[in-house]
Amino acid sequence: MASAQSRAARLRSAAFTYANLAPFIFFALFPFYFMFVTSFKSNAELYNLKAVPFWIQSGVIADHYTFLFRKTDFLVWVRNSLLISVVATGVSIVLSILAGYSLARLRFRGAGSFGTAVFITYLVPPTLLFLPLSQVVSWLGLSDSIVALMVTYPTFLVPFCTWLLMGYFRTVPREVEECALVDGATRMQTLVRIVLPMAVPGIICALLFSFTLCWNEFTYALTFISQSANKTAVVGVTADLIRGDIYYWGSLMAGAVLASVPVVIVYVLFLDYYVSGLTAGAVKG
Amino acid sequence: MAVGPQVLEAAGPARAGRLNRLREWWEREEVFGYGLILPALALLVALVAFPFGMAIYFSLSDYWVGSPGGFVGLANYREILGNEMFRQTVQNSFVFTGVALSLKIVLGVWLAVLLARPLRFKRLIRGAVLLPFVIPTALSTLGWWWMFDSLYSVVNWTAIRLGLMTPPGPNWLGQPTNAMIAVIVVNVWRGLPFFAITTLAGLIAVPREYYEAAEVDGAGARQRFWLITLPLLKPVLAVVILFSTIFTFSDFNIVYVLTRGGPMNTTHLFATLAYQVGLNGGNLGQGAAIALFIFPLLGAVVFFQLRYIRKD
Repeated sequence: MASAQSRAARLRSAAFTYANLAPFIFFALFPFYFMFVTSFKSNAELYNLKAVPFWIQSGVIADHYTFLFRKTDFLVWVRNSLLISVVATGVSIVLSILAGYSLARLRFRGAGSFGTAVFITYLVPPTLLFLPLSQVVSWLGLSDSIVALMVTYPTFLVPFCTWLLMGYFRTVPREVEECALVDGATRMQTLVRIVLPMAVPGIICALLFSFTLCWNEFTYALTFISQSANKTAVVGVTADLIRGDIYYWGSLMAGAVLASVPVVIVYVLFLDYYVSGLTAGAVKG
Repeated sequence: MAVGPQVLEAAGPARAGRLNRLREWWEREEVFGYGLILPALALLVALVAFPFGMAIYFSLSDYWVGSPGGFVGLANYREILGNEMFRQTVQNSFVFTGVALSLKIVLGVWLAVLLARPLRFKRLIRGAVLLPFVIPTALSTLGWWWMFDSLYSVVNWTAIRLGLMTPPGPNWLGQPTNAMIAVIVVNVWRGLPFFAITTLAGLIAVPREYYEAAEVDGAGARQRFWLITLPLLKPVLAVVILFSTIFTFSDFNIVYVLTRGGPMNTTHLFATLAYQVGLNGGNLGQGAAIALFIFPLLGAVVFFQLRYIRKD
């Protein structure tokens, strides 16, 4: 008999929690719901001030989506985004594994200062450097090419991933490494065969964040690319779908929804890694 | 040239020995350590440190897109500081950062406290709350742009139906104060999950015994929050706040998509103004100088972060 009173108290406390959480959840999700609904509405309904905006009354239509595929470079933008994200993520992960392991485990003069330097670059916002970088990109002959983004994205991915991975490498027990070295493995073999398998969760985390950061990046992609065929999905939708007339909201929302899909898929599949990476990146940093 | 034949001669039997020596050298801890960090370091020097130096040089020169000009000293800074648009931007940046950050701190801690309570569908709720942080900001801001449309705003539609506004309701993006509110709302919407989830991690780490002991001593929920939760959260909160300060202050995406800095420059931040002056206007020197105004705050944040880490 835990007594009816304590059960009532528990119920009241739960009701309080959910009632207070509800506005936050509504605030977080409503914009997405509204974008989704808008993308399936006919223009007649979208621009009818008398219609209720929250749902679709006069039929679900896919016209805005077919418009994207037939009349715009949407698929090219998605392909560009995928290429850039995969290459930039791949390069950054390799560099970060090497640097992260070195800084977390090896003793050499200046290791501490290098660690600090990586941390400082991690805090440098891209908006501080986009003007000079646009010049560097043009000197390298990469203006208006997706290679420009593959080269520049690692500048913010490497500090982040290195920092994240350092935390994971520190959790690998030193004895395991020392055993391998004593057994005659080279340092590189020890890193690849012993340490890396033990840091797999960290590597997945780093991959995940890198991919999302690349896919979502806006400032550099907007600044370094001007030709429509070389744009990324995010910039293409934001910059190229707005036409002269005002009746573009349907296709604009359709583009925003579709261009978010890859990130949402990755997110749903790896939610727990996401949360742990977010907290590790910030809190341990 | 004279070295050529000697090298060829030595290549025979000595080769294995040299290779071994090279291998031994590579196995030395400090050599291996430097070797592994070299690629990342080269990248960061070439594409972060060097551009940073360039930014400083640009800001001190008369540099336009396509025509590198000469050194002009502090002329760019002098011109910027005398510019009404720039002064407006400074004011906007502090209002924007101050208000958005305060809201994120208060709402974020409150949301974290709620999320730390026993919940059904815990994973689902956390997943939903974190979503605005994951979706590309530029794209979700397009959704907000539509929600703040001057004619079809769903916010106004609802408020008018509920009798909270007189038709047609506020013009969100066309009037200075409203536009600033809109930009702040979107920034809070997007940054809140980061605050809440990281604070939640800090909350979960607080040992339960503390609360139990406090409860035994007769402390109410409010006292427990102010006397136990908040002090123990301080380290986590400090880091999150410092992070958020720099990334709110240097925000670009939301303002660029939602208002382009308008109306009448009342929502411009340093980054969007630098973009407008440096790229749209082609005046890279002044653009770089404007962007560099983000630096003092970055320096302060780095200073506090490093002090905090050393203490840790």
